[in-house]
Amino acid sequence: MNVIPAEYGLILASVLFTLGLVSLLIRRNIIFMLISVEIMLNAAGIAFIVAGSKWAQPDGQVMFIFILTMAAAEVSVGLALILQMYHQLKTLDSDAANKMKG
Amino acid sequence: MSDLVWLIPGLPFVGAVILIFGGTNLPRRLVPVVGAGSVGLSALMTLFIGFEFLTATPTAQSYQQVVWNWIEASGFSVAFAFHLDVLSLVFIFVITFVGFLIHLYSAEFMASDEGYARFFAYLNLFVGFMLILVMADNLLLMYLGWEGVGLCSYLLIGFWYLDEKNGYAARKAFIITRVGDTAMVIGLFILFKTFGTLNIAGIQEQAPQLWVVGSSQATLIALLLLGGAVGKSAQLPLQTWLPDAMAGPSPVSALIHAATMVTAGVYIIARTHVIFELAPIALFTVGVIGALTLLIAGFSALTQYDLKRVLAYSTISQIGYMFLALGVGAWSSAIFHFMIHAFFKALLFLGAGAVIAAVHHEHDMFKMGGLRKKLPLVYWTFLIGAASLAALPFVTAGFYSKDQILWLSWASEKGNNWLFLAALIGAFITTVYTFRMVFLTFFGEVKTQVTRVPGLAINISLVVLAILSTIGGFIEIPHSMGHVQMVTDFLSPVLPVTSIRPGIESSEWIIQLAAAILSIGGLLLAYFLYMKRPSLHFKIKNSIPHLHSFWLSGWRFDSLYDWLVVRPFVYVANINKNDPFNGPYNGVVRAANFFHRILSFTQSGILRWYLIGVVIGAILILTLGIWL
Repeated sequence: MNVIPAEYGLILASVLFTLGLVSLLIRRNIIFMLISVEIMLNAAGIAFIVAGSKWAQPDGQVMFIFILTMAAAEVSVGLALILQMYHQLKTLDSDAANKMKG
Repeated sequence: MSDLVWLIPGLPFVGAVILIFGGTNLPRRLVPVVGAGSVGLSALMTLFIGFEFLTATPTAQSYQQVVWNWIEASGFSVAFAFHLDVLSLVFIFVITFVGFLIHLYSAEFMASDEGYARFFAYLNLFVGFMLILVMADNLLLMYLGWEGVGLCSYLLIGFWYLDEKNGYAARKAFIITRVGDTAMVIGLFILFKTFGTLNIAGIQEQAPQLWVVGSSQATLIALLLLGGAVGKSAQLPLQTWLPDAMAGPSPVSALIHAATMVTAGVYIIARTHVIFELAPIALFTVGVIGALTLLIAGFSALTQYDLKRVLAYSTISQIGYMFLALGVGAWSSAIFHFMIHAFFKALLFLGAGAVIAAVHHEHDMFKMGGLRKKLPLVYWTFLIGAASLAALPFVTAGFYSKDQILWLSWASEKGNNWLFLAALIGAFITTVYTFRMVFLTFFGEVKTQVTRVPGLAINISLVVLAILSTIGGFIEIPHSMGHVQMVTDFLSPVLPVTSIRPGIESSEWIIQLAAAILSIGGLLLAYFLYMKRPSLHFKIKNSIPHLHSFWLSGWRFDSLYDWLVVRPFVYVANINKNDPFNGPYNGVVRAANFFHRILSFTQSGILRWYLIGVVIGAILILTLGIWL
């Protein structure tokens, strides 16, 4: 069985992570920002999986399940907050939520 | 009867309390009844108690009455106790009787004033404190009276408080006397530390056993006490407050700043004469201060325009004579001159008050004139007072009291030629400025309209004081002219008799002749300058403009103190206002504010800014982690 080299997996993970980070920084719609965060989380997950398969250890997959659980919790809290924000501000623009500036 | 000694100061206090709390609720005609009545009753009490004290057998040296225990704390015990002896009796007599006459005068003089009740309340309070001062049995109680009269002086100088100038004069008087009081209170501390008591009799008993003549501690204490006396009695170098104190109503000037309070310094030195006799240097200083003051104030009085300021400088000068007498050990002469001075100076101030009220509150003598015809009674009484001040020979009381000081300043063992010379020159100047004042005010052409003629109450007080200023002198007549020594004999249980240098008694008449000639010479000079050739004194004035303005401003002592004390003080106060020690703390506050503003700028509320911050931070940490 041909083994995909670990470098490829890591490059994929870092490309994904960079894409997520860049879109997080440039997007103003807060739902897209949440999606970007998910992408970054999955990039981290891929990096764990790749590392786990490289060293033939189960730890990588264990960590991925942790990340998955955490992401689910994060999305539920995040969506609830977004819902509240939309109620309050009637918009999804994150720049509009700047009432607490110093 | 003697058990009622406490009533003498008590009655004026009761009057003051009634007037303070009754205030404006009292019917207006009741105010002088309470005010003058309380002091009048006190004067009657003095008569009875004085009579009983003097006729008591066997003749008592002194009488003590403890009213209550004032302070009692681990070995320090001060009683609220009165001490009656011949010295305090003289002072009580003058305070209550002259005080009553001045109250009587004020009843009419202040009748149309808004603060009628307030005036009498202050005046009664003053008499009460002054009586406590002279009757106190210990120095702490005396200090209470001492500060009390200072307070009343402050209140009464600033009586017409709507004028800013009066308030300034009041504060000046209060602060300058406080300088002397501080010295005095330090003296009291040292006295207590040395003797463990502040009782006057106790100190007088122990002092000669503890100290030898000329001991440094006695000198130090005597000089500190002298400091207090100098402040209160307006002597060099703390004399500058008294001329400004004339901002108060005329009866106040008569009572406080001529007859009684300003002589408290004379009283305290006479009262503690045991200490001063153990400190010859301090005693000599008293004499020198007196001699210098009487000359400086005399020359200033020569140039004044304001009638009351002439009298103020004259008061300073006459108290200088008293200090001179104390300094040469002529204790009873100082007290005698105090008594006579209280009579004629109160009379002069009351007369001046009547004159000033008559000519529409004009103080400038050069704008008065010819009042002799318009105010005959004021003129005659004023003339008697002036003659007494100028010590015209034989007929006036002032002659007998001042002559004694002149004689003893030369003849006493502690006297010397320089002190005598100063006193002699002072006597001449006194006559010149006194009659300058009389001629300018009452003679010459009429320059102002008389709008108010004094009534019965004012006339009575003037006449009684004029009589006292004349016959008061006959109780002490020098050796060469009949030898009556009632005052000296009267005071001999308390104050030692002055020792005279041997072999010069016979020359007393030469001194008297010199004094009489100088006195009459001064009168003639004043007559020549201000009556005969009125243009001459303007010429003299214009030929020495600098000297004239120098004397007019009281030898520029005010400017001197302004430069020496007031300006540095204001300078330091201005620095202190900005609080240099607060600087570092303010710096901390400012730095915290600065960083706060920078940090709060980053709190923009825009989510993506925060994200960028997180990313940059992460990159920095990663970079550090890789490179290090």
